[in-house]
Amino acid sequence: MATITTEIPVTLNKEEILRYSRHLIMPEVGMEGQQKLKAARVLCIGTGGLGSPLALYLAAAGVGTLGLVDFDVVDFTNLQRQIIHSTADVGRKKLDSAADKLKGINPFVNLRLFDTMLNSSNALEMFREFDVIADGTDNFPTRYLVNDACVLTGKPNVYGSIFRFEGQASVFATKDGPCYRCLYPEPPPPGLVPSCAEGGVLGILPGLVGVMQATEVVKLILGIGDPLIGRLLLIDALGMKFRELKLRKNPDCPVCGTHPTVTKLIDYNEFCGIRGEEKAVSNGVPEIPVEELKRRLDAKEDVFVLDVREPHEYQICNLGGYLIPLNDLPKRVSELDSSREIVVHCKMGGRSAKAVAFLQQSGFKKVHNLTGGITAWSERVDPKVPKY
Amino acid sequence: MSKIHIPTPLRQYVGKQASVEVNGATVGEAMNALVAQHPELKKHLYTEEGKLRAFVNLYLNDEDIRYLQKEATALNDSDSISIVPSIAGGAESALNTATTEHCWRRFSACCRSLRG
Repeated sequence: MATITTEIPVTLNKEEILRYSRHLIMPEVGMEGQQKLKAARVLCIGTGGLGSPLALYLAAAGVGTLGLVDFDVVDFTNLQRQIIHSTADVGRKKLDSAADKLKGINPFVNLRLFDTMLNSSNALEMFREFDVIADGTDNFPTRYLVNDACVLTGKPNVYGSIFRFEGQASVFATKDGPCYRCLYPEPPPPGLVPSCAEGGVLGILPGLVGVMQATEVVKLILGIGDPLIGRLLLIDALGMKFRELKLRKNPDCPVCGTHPTVTKLIDYNEFCGIRGEEKAVSNGVPEIPVEELKRRLDAKEDVFVLDVREPHEYQICNLGGYLIPLNDLPKRVSELDSSREIVVHCKMGGRSAKAVAFLQQSGFKKVHNLTGGITAWSERVDPKVPKY
Repeated sequence: MSKIHIPTPLRQYVGKQASVEVNGATVGEAMNALVAQHPELKKHLYTEEGKLRAFVNLYLNDEDIRYLQKEATALNDSDSISIVPSIAGGAESALNTATTEHCWRRFSACCRSLRG
């Protein structure tokens, strides 16, 4: 059974005893377990989809010190899944919004707020203050950073991740267990817009996975049950099926193996190829701003507007463009006339940049990406076009 | 026949099925049968050189094939293969992006130089 050791002796006052009575009357927790929870220090990275339920349940459970790392501001589109934030919080810093709700649930929790982006210069020092790290982030560079920092500081990494309807959960970076790099030694190549909102996610899914992470954190603190060490839980929300795969510690792992080559934190954006990709976008893909497209259309210049979004997006709003979803473009490129000026757009500019690169490789010379997509059009040209 | 579990990001390339039944004596043969049946899947799982992409893991039942005999791992009836890509939360899955080989080669070179 894995457990973390916390040396600080703590006591519970009468109010806490009443508050946690449903824990205390269970032999698996009892006074000793609740004291362990109170002595524990857990760092939640991100207060978004995963971080919301994670932090809420850990506060409710009586974790003594909760660290929160988030530099972001609450956005309207967050409310579909980031249940720690409410409508009144839109525009506020996520850290402040989260702190208010957590204090409201449990004023006994000691909150440590880090209003910063987690990076290679602050991660090690930050992690040393805590016993368990819960990774609620949403991009590959940070996941590798969190993993490496956990291994280097000897802190378990309670991992959860989601995509659309599917999730993964595990506990990495324990002494004898695997780390994230044992499973995925290399990150996937970046999309041209790394953490784009274009993928979509079923709002409930991070709720499910985030609570699983909270469960694993509590189990590690109490030293009960079988934590997900060496186990990858796969969650298929649509089928409501749960499968489990074995994870092994890789003796050749560059971070946690017997001869580690990564002994300090690196530049994770470069590791994930993101800086390189940004250069490709600005050097290789010609762009025009939305104002320029408007000018050309108003002047009745011959411009062919190609929309590479999905049909369901076209139904939400469109610029009257010719719709060929990005994945269909290779098959349908013959429908386009390379002698015409073509302006390609999508929702925010990521997919259309890929389309322009593809068209250029296919010999199209008069093709431009609409920077910022239909979202920028709505913000700067025509606010009647809905944003989504 | 063995079953191959298809992760959500790839289901659009196999007619939305959650799993596909194929014939094959080994994991490698079964995967070849899968991409032969569904050619659009191939570039998302394999490089131009025919190697499994590094951010995709294959499991035979619940064991990672890297710790068995890799693609030569033998298959019995009622075995199942799982394709497990890395996902990162709200970010777009790499499997869903039309990645150009040019970008992939540059990225791989960057990884090699960091490891070396």
